[in-house]
Amino acid sequence: MKQIQLRQVSKSFGDVEVIPPLDLEIEDGEFVVFVGPSGCGKSTLLRLIAGLEDVTSGQVLIDGADATAIPPARRGLAMVFQSYALYPHMSVRRNIAFPLRMAGLDRAEQERRVDEAAKVLNLTEYLDRRPGQLSGGQRQRVAIGRAIVREPTAFLFDEPLSNLDAALRVGMRLEISELHKRLSTTMIYVTHDQVEAMTMADKIVVLQHGVIEQVGSPMELYRAPRNTFVAGFIGSPRMNLLEGAEAARHKAHTIGIRPEHIAISTRKGDWQGVVGVSEHLGSDTFFHINCPDFAAPLTVRADGELDLSYGSTVFLTPDLLHLHRFDDNGLRLT
Amino acid sequence: MATQHSQSVARMMMAPAVILLLGWMLVPLTMTLFFSFKKYLPLRGGDLGWVGFENYVRFVSSSSFWPAVATTLIIVGGVLAITVLLGIALALLLDQPMWGQGVVRILVIAPFFVMPTVSGLVWKNMFMDPVNGFFAHLWRFFGAEPIQWLSQASMPSLVMIVSWQWLPFATLILLTAIQSLDTEQLEAAEMDGARPLGRFWFIILPHLARAITVVILIQTIFLLSIFAEIFVTTAGAFGTKTLTYLIFQRVLESQNVGLGSAGGVYAIILANIVAVFLLRVVGKNLDA
Ligand SMILES: Nc1ncnc2c1ncn2[C@@H]1O[C@H](COP(=O)(O)OP(=O)(O)OP(=O)(O)O)[C@@H](O)[C@H]1O
Ligand SMILES: [Mg+2]
Repeated sequence: MKQIQLRQVSKSFGDVEVIPPLDLEIEDGEFVVFVGPSGCGKSTLLRLIAGLEDVTSGQVLIDGADATAIPPARRGLAMVFQSYALYPHMSVRRNIAFPLRMAGLDRAEQERRVDEAAKVLNLTEYLDRRPGQLSGGQRQRVAIGRAIVREPTAFLFDEPLSNLDAALRVGMRLEISELHKRLSTTMIYVTHDQVEAMTMADKIVVLQHGVIEQVGSPMELYRAPRNTFVAGFIGSPRMNLLEGAEAARHKAHTIGIRPEHIAISTRKGDWQGVVGVSEHLGSDTFFHINCPDFAAPLTVRADGELDLSYGSTVFLTPDLLHLHRFDDNGLRLT
Repeated sequence: MATQHSQSVARMMMAPAVILLLGWMLVPLTMTLFFSFKKYLPLRGGDLGWVGFENYVRFVSSSSFWPAVATTLIIVGGVLAITVLLGIALALLLDQPMWGQGVVRILVIAPFFVMPTVSGLVWKNMFMDPVNGFFAHLWRFFGAEPIQWLSQASMPSLVMIVSWQWLPFATLILLTAIQSLDTEQLEAAEMDGARPLGRFWFIILPHLARAITVVILIQTIFLLSIFAEIFVTTAGAFGTKTLTYLIFQRVLESQNVGLGSAGGVYAIILANIVAVFLLRVVGKNLDA
């Protein structure tokens, strides 16, 4: 049972401040996802929580107690690394048992816990192999197995799925979510993939340049992004962000409208445009429409059966209920 | 080399190198075998005809033979132990970020560039000289009687000199191996509760296994035939006569080419025994 708090935590590498002071609270049992573009400091933040990196200033509190000076092994956290970091010379069994062995548990107990974890993760038949003889997904499961045998109070995942192919990624995503439901242990999960963030998180933390842009549930972030960065980052495909006369008409510097909130018609509508590239996903089709009024093409979602030929003229109507307005600093207007 | 065609092409391309190498090895080997069956005394009558296995019997029955084999093995074993252990320690040390890293690394490698003859002489005259050597001064400074290194402690001295020469090689290979270790593995071990000693034992040392094997195998090949260090320091006296040195004495000091050649064949056999033994013990690290 773990509650994690960051108080004014900052991190600099030499002169470069990677994470300016920030506050964050993670409740017991929550699935928290850190998401942001590459290099925004997600891994660094996770490593600060793990204790693998010293904070430059501020405090990390675990269950209300200051853990800033506690070494990683004694924080009761388990981490799954992006490269899995399995021990190549040990069998899967010994890999999973390693933390138990380091903790000095007796043989029988080690065996019992390893077998249990292997059963949960479908690894039983691979226990005597070396990591080098496993597929990416299996290695990933071994890494998770090594984390769960310790019965940690919280899990830290650093982009655990980024080395897997798309299909496997979807499968592992479900498995991790399921693991969270079953163990109901706090999990902190780092990713740069907003789909993973949306599908798995109880709470999403959006980071940019080490600054927290917004914290909230996936739907909160989807419905009410606090600024244009979050608006553009959450949701797939990206929200259309428009400036100029049309934005001024809505008394804003920038307006945002998601592809799924624009109606498309061949006869009439608010904006006129020409069909560019269309992406057929089967269930949906995304059209890129070039409107003379806007600098960038608009992305519009339509039913998968709708077929519009390249270059034909169409009319678009935004759903005003789902129009987002932002001021000239990019902040949301209500 | 997947297809038949590429295989035969590869064979043709490698042929010149293989032939050259074979010639290079076969000519001296045949000559050694040839002379080992002859009584050949260059200054005392020259070629005196075939003698069968007489040279072989004489070489082994000489009172110097078994001590020479023992000396050879002690030197090889001692130097291997020292260079591997100290090499691991030094490599771990040099892997730490520190001030002046580049310079320190070059200094550590430097002994490797010193010729064996030169380093033997430097050690003999500057460090181990019982009157003016550095060690003699050191011992006297602490009020002790200086040791006559090369006569009273001839084998340890020799092992020390040769280790000094080979330590850089071991350190260098082991350092590159340590640097190739994924830091995430160490961090994972740290999170898993392994203390520094545990991380060394369970993560770093297994990772180094292959590099250690390479160091041991390569060094053995060269250590079996060290010569200059003995020649310039003890000249084979005080129980430092290795098999190589014995052969040298038979050929050049006793002017008996046939006997020396027979010794050469024994040296080949010894080297092969050592090689087979080593491959049994550490060779499995090279698979996978
Ligand atoms: N040891 C270090 N020394 C100096 N700078 C570092 C160090 N580690 C990270 N940084 C810098 O800190 C910033 C954040 O790095 P971090 O690894 O946290 O990014 P990230 O959000 O995890 O990115 P990615 O999605 O690519 O993994 C980067 O600009 C990086 O260059
Ligand atoms: Mg990262």
